[in-house]
Amino acid sequence: MTETRGDPARPRRRSTVRSLLRLWPYVRPVRGRLLAAALMAVLGSLMSLVIPLALKWMVDGPVADREPSGVWLGGLVLLVLGSAEASLFWARRALTARPLARVEADMRASLYRHLQRLPVSFHDRWPSGQLLSRATTDLMLLRIFLAFPLTFLLVNGVTIVAGFLILLTQEWTLGLVLLAPVVPLIVLCRYFEERYSQAARTAQDRTGDLTTVVEESVLGIRVVKGFGRHRGQERAFAALAGGVRDTELRKAGLLGAVWAVIMILPELALGAALVLGVMRVADGDLSAGTLVAFLSTALALRWPVESMGFLLAITNESATAADRFFEVMDSRPPAGEPASVPAPRAAAGKAGAGTAKAADAWGDEAAGLRLEGVEFRYPDAPADAPPVLRGVDLHIRPGETMALVGTTGSGKTTLTALIPRLHEATAGRITLDGQDIAALPRERLRRLVSVAFEDPTLFSATVAENVLMGAEGAGEPELVRALAVAQADFAHDLPDGTATQVGEQGLSLSGGQRQRLALARAVVGEPRFLVLDDPLSALDVHTEAMVEAALRKVLATTTALIVAHRPSTVLLADRVALLSGGRVTAVGTHHELLHGNREYAALMSGEPRGEEGRTR
Amino acid sequence: MTTSAPDQRTAEEEPAAGRTASGPAGTPRPGDPAGPTDSADSTDSTGSSDPFDKDVLPAPKGASLALLRSLLAPARWPVRIAVVVLLLQQAAVQAGPLLVAFAIDRGVPAVRRGDHGPLTLIGAAYLVSALASGLLQFAFVRITARVGQDVLLDLRGRIFRHAQSLSVDFHDRYTSGRLISRATTDVESIRELLNEGLQELIGIALSVVYVSAVLLYLDWGVGGAAVLSFAPLYLLVRSYRRRSMLVYRERSTAVASVIVKFTETMNGIRPVQAFRRERANEKDFDALNARHLKANGAAMLEMARYVVTSRLVANTALAGIVLWGAYRVADGELALGALAASVLYLRRLYDPIDRLAMFLNSYQSAAASLEKIAGLLAQRPSVPEPREPRPLPERTGGGPGREVVFDGVRFAYRTGGEVLPRFDLTLPAGQTVAVVGSTGAGKSTLAKLLSRFYDPTEGEVRLDGVPLRELAGPELRRGVVMVTQESFLFSGTVADNIAIGRPGATREEMERAARAIGAHDFITALPDGYDTDVRKRGGRISAGQRQLVGFARALLADPAVLILDEATSSLDVPGERAVQRAMGTVLRGRTAVVIAHRLSTVEIADRVLVMADGRIVEDGTPAELIAGTGRFAELHRAWRDSLV
Repeated sequence: MTETRGDPARPRRRSTVRSLLRLWPYVRPVRGRLLAAALMAVLGSLMSLVIPLALKWMVDGPVADREPSGVWLGGLVLLVLGSAEASLFWARRALTARPLARVEADMRASLYRHLQRLPVSFHDRWPSGQLLSRATTDLMLLRIFLAFPLTFLLVNGVTIVAGFLILLTQEWTLGLVLLAPVVPLIVLCRYFEERYSQAARTAQDRTGDLTTVVEESVLGIRVVKGFGRHRGQERAFAALAGGVRDTELRKAGLLGAVWAVIMILPELALGAALVLGVMRVADGDLSAGTLVAFLSTALALRWPVESMGFLLAITNESATAADRFFEVMDSRPPAGEPASVPAPRAAAGKAGAGTAKAADAWGDEAAGLRLEGVEFRYPDAPADAPPVLRGVDLHIRPGETMALVGTTGSGKTTLTALIPRLHEATAGRITLDGQDIAALPRERLRRLVSVAFEDPTLFSATVAENVLMGAEGAGEPELVRALAVAQADFAHDLPDGTATQVGEQGLSLSGGQRQRLALARAVVGEPRFLVLDDPLSALDVHTEAMVEAALRKVLATTTALIVAHRPSTVLLADRVALLSGGRVTAVGTHHELLHGNREYAALMSGEPRGEEGRTR
Repeated sequence: MTTSAPDQRTAEEEPAAGRTASGPAGTPRPGDPAGPTDSADSTDSTGSSDPFDKDVLPAPKGASLALLRSLLAPARWPVRIAVVVLLLQQAAVQAGPLLVAFAIDRGVPAVRRGDHGPLTLIGAAYLVSALASGLLQFAFVRITARVGQDVLLDLRGRIFRHAQSLSVDFHDRYTSGRLISRATTDVESIRELLNEGLQELIGIALSVVYVSAVLLYLDWGVGGAAVLSFAPLYLLVRSYRRRSMLVYRERSTAVASVIVKFTETMNGIRPVQAFRRERANEKDFDALNARHLKANGAAMLEMARYVVTSRLVANTALAGIVLWGAYRVADGELALGALAASVLYLRRLYDPIDRLAMFLNSYQSAAASLEKIAGLLAQRPSVPEPREPRPLPERTGGGPGREVVFDGVRFAYRTGGEVLPRFDLTLPAGQTVAVVGSTGAGKSTLAKLLSRFYDPTEGEVRLDGVPLRELAGPELRRGVVMVTQESFLFSGTVADNIAIGRPGATREEMERAARAIGAHDFITALPDGYDTDVRKRGGRISAGQRQLVGFARALLADPAVLILDEATSSLDVPGERAVQRAMGTVLRGRTAVVIAHRLSTVEIADRVLVMADGRIVEDGTPAELIAGTGRFAELHRAWRDSLV
């Protein structure tokens, strides 16, 4: 089943059946129920066939004979059959309701689980809207497919085959006439099926694009308004919405065509059989009764045949949904999954040994945070583009704070993402107290390294929960301390104090407030290694000074890497590393570099003359 | 025999898919026992009565219906045509059995007489009816699809345009997630109704009316009894409607919280992974997912319950009527043939009950969605476009700048809470004004009033003597442009994003703007230069680079008044310096308001305003203020110290 693993970017078009077969692992646990339900469906439709027969018998027999006891018996039989039919319908649904809801939920849970473990580079490529539609609409469609079309493809298929067997045994020549449209039907249906599934896929993708525009226009509303660009957005939206409409119409057109073909061809065959039958009855080859019986059986088959059209349509859409689901599921998390054995590079770092111990064993040279020949290239970058980082060597001693400085876009943020392995270095190695991070389970690594991002994201939870997620087992005292360090004491004055809901569904905080909470989150666990990406950019001068004072104490006890844009932030660090052209080109104290490195001096003071002018 | 077939489908088909996703939030109504679904899992800590906390915004009564009517108005004729087409199509379909009877009764004897005329006629009629039923079906599908899609296009456009026209203070309060779900999932549930529901409803109505009429025609007694049997069925449908509303509401609430959790995780994947939230998230997600599972199962079971009860009632009624009919046949009151026909038609009469439930489901969820959409559309922009816009006067003086006057302006949020007490302020044309002050001092509010993101509660803001309220949108944006801290990039190329400043600008003009602000170098270093798709590598254009693109955008727009709200916060020192150098030339002659935490920006200003608690507490040239003893002097000293 896994051999057809597709390329995540451009999936191969699989056959409908193949796509749907991949659902088996999820369906397996409920296969018994599903089978029982299918049986119920077969019995139910049998009942539906028997009830008219019973009616006919009653009308022809007891009623025609005016026989009251028979009438009562007939009524009773009808009632029993009717109740049985209703109960079977009920049983089928009741049997599958919860199990199928569970299949849907299981698939969603495993998608969620999988996505959480996919690397950040995957998420950079995939808009969350696309992922969400796979987790909701597509999975619901699959549940519906399992509940209904799957069963009835079987039931109707069986009915059709049985019906034709009856027809052929009754009168094989007329039966053959009725069978004549089967081949063209299959050919035409396949033709439409292909077209339809293409259209369905286009429609789903276009709807995704439309959703993206809607999202962006809402998220970027301040830009749109600030520049009065409603018209432009509207035009883009109108074009996409028009595109969605066109594909939907195309889908409808194809569906209509399938319907028409499926209605016309069998009907034509039936008409031909009727004319032929009448001729033969007239010739005396055939009794009128047999013709009537034959035709009424044929008519009874009309529904199962016609229903095939939309059953196949749903099946197709379900196959597309399954493709879209597996497209994501087939994307592999990078090597060295949390639960797996250490990666090949493990040989260097003695995996399993405690970091602190390792640090002692390896002495000062290995201790601390060390980067050796670290190279990084984005996985989807063009082959001829130079890597973002090409051979970064850097050693941060235990307890030391290192500032990372470089021009905008020099790869500072990228470098910080390599340490907690949000991105994987493409070459070279990074060691923490002598241990290769590639050999550490991510979970452990990320417990050792705490990060604050430039763009602070808060989750829909309380302030306390948001901060405390930085450390397991931390409580109120740690929370208060961390808030104090980050100068985020404003949290105590929120409506419910630190129990106030924040994030998308709660109170909205200013950029500076969010940044301070994110900082508190990074320091709450007193991590051994701290990575801060320009953590003070959104703070005003006053607050910044206070945060710096408090942060100094925290930094004294950890090994830290701080991305800095400003001298004030650099001054938090013991030493500074200059990142330039994908390499660390200079390491030293702020003053050493300020006087000895022209690039650094330019970076820190912008224009040297201005600096002098001010000091004068 | 054919009559029994469709009930398979009707009994089994699931309520449509889109409904389940009917929006991150159910259908809360004021005083609804189900409660505000939006915060169903969180303790609604603020406990405020702000209507924006709810999903359904207040809308005038009947707004949903009025909306529906206005959406369908242009489709009045296509809908009528569709009904006629379906009528004809049904007639063509029903002709089949009749032709069979005709062939046997008339055709056979005629052929025996050697007359092939009637048979040929019947064959031709069969051919025609077969072709007609197929082609009319095709036409029907096409027409209804067109109607549905046109309505959707209209609705999507309305929501989109409306959301765009609503003012920033609305967007500040009505979270983006909700707005997005209005435009996507809610529209989707209406799509479901239009796609399948409409067809169902017309089909059901036609078949019930048709069959009832035939039954009454066959026999008043049997027909009457059949019509009477609608009473218990009606009660069943009603009870189902009531009960299903509750389960579906629970389900949509449950799916909403699943969606919120999902989106939040994926959007915040960096912190999620960095802080090892995977396990905790999975636990939370599993709980939400389980709740959805339960609601989902309950909804399906509710449907099963309805199917079994309605079918029991229908089959009992059938048995009863047949029994009664049989007695009447025995008494000679009813012809045998009439009973036989009635019996077959009765089956057909009860077929659509189950389909009705499905229709009800998709109708209900669509109605809930429609209500939410109507509530959104009923929101009037608090910063409306002027009815009779005035143009800006011709520029006097050489520079591009214009004079700004805040005349008796006061600003308070609608919920109360004064942000800016009444004040007057005049910014002469061409002046560069720096606004400083600590967080919450009201600097950004001042900027938002000037850019007309908000309208003042009292007083007015004038640009060259013309109140901002009286300027049309495009005119206003030629006058005032604001660059904010969060420079959002839209999907498209870097060039597209710069061009937002002035659509139709040439590549040279864009490059000039980018060069002026120091963005040209990093842009050309991108894989495809100006044609690099930002969404594909959106995560890789750093915050500072995004701000530079935002700046280039603003330069290209070439406004009379430029507002920079923390627009350099993510830049490094050289970047900031480059921007400042550029501003020296760019801002010359332009009126500019610069808000910055970092005082380096202040040096290029002609004038500094220091704000505290919503008031302007100091006002003067930088030199004056630095020399003085006020807050600014103190701030400036602190900042100078931090530089070395």
